[in-house]
Amino acid sequence: MNSTVKRVLKNGAVRFGLIVLSVLVILAILAPVLGTVDPAWLDAINMNQKPMTTADWTGPDNKTVPYTFLMGTDSFGRDVYSRVIYGIRVSLVVGVTVAVVSLIIGTFLGLTAGYFRRVDAILMRVMDGMMAIPGILLAIALVAAWGAQLSTVIIAIAVPEIPRVTRLVRALVLSIREEPYIEAAISVGTPTWKILLKHVLPNSVAPMVVQGTYVCASAILLEAILSFLGLGLPSEIPTWGNIMAEARVVFSSAPHNMWFPGIFLAFTVLAVNMLGDGLRDTLDPKFNKRGEKR
Amino acid sequence: MSTALPPSPLVGLGERGTAETEATPPRASTIPLSPALPHEGGGGSTTVLSVRNLSVALPGGADRPFAAENISFDVNAGEILCLLGESGSGKSVISFAVMGLLPDNVRVSAGEILLGDENLLTLSPAALRGKRGDDIAMVFQEPMTALNPVMTCGDQLDELLAEHTQLSANERKAKTLAMFEAVKLPEPDRIFSSYPHQLSGGQRQRIMIAMALILEPKLLIADEPTTALDVTTQAEVLSLIKTLQRERGTAVLFITHDMGVVAEIADRVVVLQNGKQVEAGTKDQVLRQPREAYTQMLIASVPGTEPPAEGTLHDEAALLSVTGLGKTYSSGGWFQKKRTTEAAKNVSFTLHPGETVGIVGESGSGKSTVARCITRLIDPTVGDMQLGNTRLDGVSRDSLKLARKRIQIIFQDPYRSLDPRQRVGEAIIEGPLNFGVSRNSAMARARELMNLVRLSPDVLSRYPNEFSGGQRQRISIARALALDPEVLICDEAVSALDVSVQAQVLKLLEEIQAQLNLAILFITHDLRVAAQICDRVLVMQRGEVVEQGTARDVFITPKHAYTQRLLASAPGRGFEFATQRNVEA
Repeated sequence: MNSTVKRVLKNGAVRFGLIVLSVLVILAILAPVLGTVDPAWLDAINMNQKPMTTADWTGPDNKTVPYTFLMGTDSFGRDVYSRVIYGIRVSLVVGVTVAVVSLIIGTFLGLTAGYFRRVDAILMRVMDGMMAIPGILLAIALVAAWGAQLSTVIIAIAVPEIPRVTRLVRALVLSIREEPYIEAAISVGTPTWKILLKHVLPNSVAPMVVQGTYVCASAILLEAILSFLGLGLPSEIPTWGNIMAEARVVFSSAPHNMWFPGIFLAFTVLAVNMLGDGLRDTLDPKFNKRGEKR
Repeated sequence: MSTALPPSPLVGLGERGTAETEATPPRASTIPLSPALPHEGGGGSTTVLSVRNLSVALPGGADRPFAAENISFDVNAGEILCLLGESGSGKSVISFAVMGLLPDNVRVSAGEILLGDENLLTLSPAALRGKRGDDIAMVFQEPMTALNPVMTCGDQLDELLAEHTQLSANERKAKTLAMFEAVKLPEPDRIFSSYPHQLSGGQRQRIMIAMALILEPKLLIADEPTTALDVTTQAEVLSLIKTLQRERGTAVLFITHDMGVVAEIADRVVVLQNGKQVEAGTKDQVLRQPREAYTQMLIASVPGTEPPAEGTLHDEAALLSVTGLGKTYSSGGWFQKKRTTEAAKNVSFTLHPGETVGIVGESGSGKSTVARCITRLIDPTVGDMQLGNTRLDGVSRDSLKLARKRIQIIFQDPYRSLDPRQRVGEAIIEGPLNFGVSRNSAMARARELMNLVRLSPDVLSRYPNEFSGGQRQRISIARALALDPEVLICDEAVSALDVSVQAQVLKLLEEIQAQLNLAILFITHDLRVAAQICDRVLVMQRGEVVEQGTARDVFITPKHAYTQRLLASAPGRGFEFATQRNVEA
């Protein structure tokens, strides 16, 4: 197991992804002490400031301090730098939670469908039905029904991912259940639940981790899309999608309001995807023997 | 390990000395061992391929520095040279080096590979590709993966001809059909427009041979071409390769692990071990008077086809009795026509304590189906199965749990029968834990079992990937024995092992049987193995038992035509190892 971790950490893509993500996590945790101000505070005097402008900033407590707007301000006078840094929190929370939730539920359903033939047909038809619902449409419906809050957004993004994870896990289980070591476990009298937990699950972990990273990346993107369309979190909550949505109106005069959250979003998704690719290359046996000369 | 071969009049004169002797240039006066026909106005030397002092380096971190070290041999026109070795001997690496298909991280570090007088190692990739089509052709072990599944067989040959010749479409088709005729495919016209999956394994391998030979290459490299085939098909394909090669004067580099195949087909033999050349000589020299201890050991490990004289009679009450067992698979249903396949029908036999009963047959004969029905990994369609006084059929799988404990099974593939994510100690104690044995006493028993199968108890905390195939099979045996079974089913348990390891595992099984009075049901396609360890034998064909009796009766005086054909197909029958009992570890 240790040698696997070492091998994975040797991979360049994994290293890049891990470093970028660690930096983002640190930034998100330390956001209040990184020279930020209240990201939701509207300071009417400092509307549409250019990046790097220094001006007097009046906070919620009515004190006025000199402050350098590293990334400028938006058309409501909110500090873009603070909003972008606090926005990391929402993106990471949504990405990781969606990945974990859809993996847990999808794994449970996939194990059931893959191992018990009778449940399979019914369960997979339900999953097919779920896959026929467009993700964004479902999100719009849920947000309209339950109101715009973090949990709604997470559920709205996680639900369409569940059938994909289920399909993957089911396919893994279908091939693993034919392995002789499963038959060996049956013939030494191991009960089915133990076979699933001790033999099937550990042998399907690697592809599931890889799938988890892809789910995470697409959840971060989808959350940004929903916010951009005004269907995600309320606009006062700093998310990259919200920042870009407001920047759209003033894009010709203040394009930087779009650039900064956009660059953060792109880098985060790139890092997560590269982590996933690196994990796939190192963990998936199919990619081990590549590189033959032809 | 490498040795110099003393000059011998029998050795083909093209024979190179070995690693330590200086390589002498091939002599024009070479007298080939076989009636070699000069190829395409060849004239001059008849040495087609000459490998000299070839070393292939492995990347750092591998278990040894060289995959192959200081290898030298010649292949002459019209001659078959066998590279013989067990797994890890470097035989495939040598063939990949000749074809220029080595993986990127493995490279040739010394020596030369001469095709005619051109050094293949210095050719550009493009020139080498040209050589691969025109002068060198290959046949691989698994014909299904080597053929393009979405092209008809005819088109695949046609493409080759279009690429490498100037023939018109009609001429190409005529040539392809003639080639199909030459490799003795039935109904060449039908085969021409068939896809690979519509043909049998033997037919696919014939297509591969047709593809390899249609451009009339000087050199054919055959890498274990018959290993995936049944013994009767293997015999046909071997004789086909031999006939075609004689007719066309092709030089053949034949890679195999099977001593019997060598005996059937080789003119000369090079024996490899761990990447080093152990011995080289004519077939008769190497097989009849092996000089090196390793070769002698290899030959001694090949079981003979003649069963040992003593046959123990078991007249106690039967431990396992199977009556009228049948398994029918049906497919189709709603949208398709229903089709049924009878994998096994009307199989009856008994098994006594301390006795070994063999079930032999080719693939698809239903022998594994019988084993899986008895262990209830699948449910039989009809038939009675009794273990002592306990019924095995008709009861639910849950109430079967106690009977499971008494019947254990060992599987064929040692690389897939152990969970890669489970430590071997955990694998061995899994069964006892299921039956309520405490962890400590199960572990203590596991340590005893490791001693019994000749492995150190200290390795119980390791993962399966740290063990070789033979060691894994010992671990599988220990796992099966952990439940103190009365019946042990070995489903092709030694078929995936090298012959020397196979001999050791068979010996171990015999010892364990004597010690524990186990009844063993031994399922195998390998007649030699069955002849050596079985007291009684059942021969199965297409789901039915066609003959059964004591091992001596079945193997020495076979009555059924199919048994006779199987025995006649066993490769290497003309050689001593093939008939004498010689299982030694």
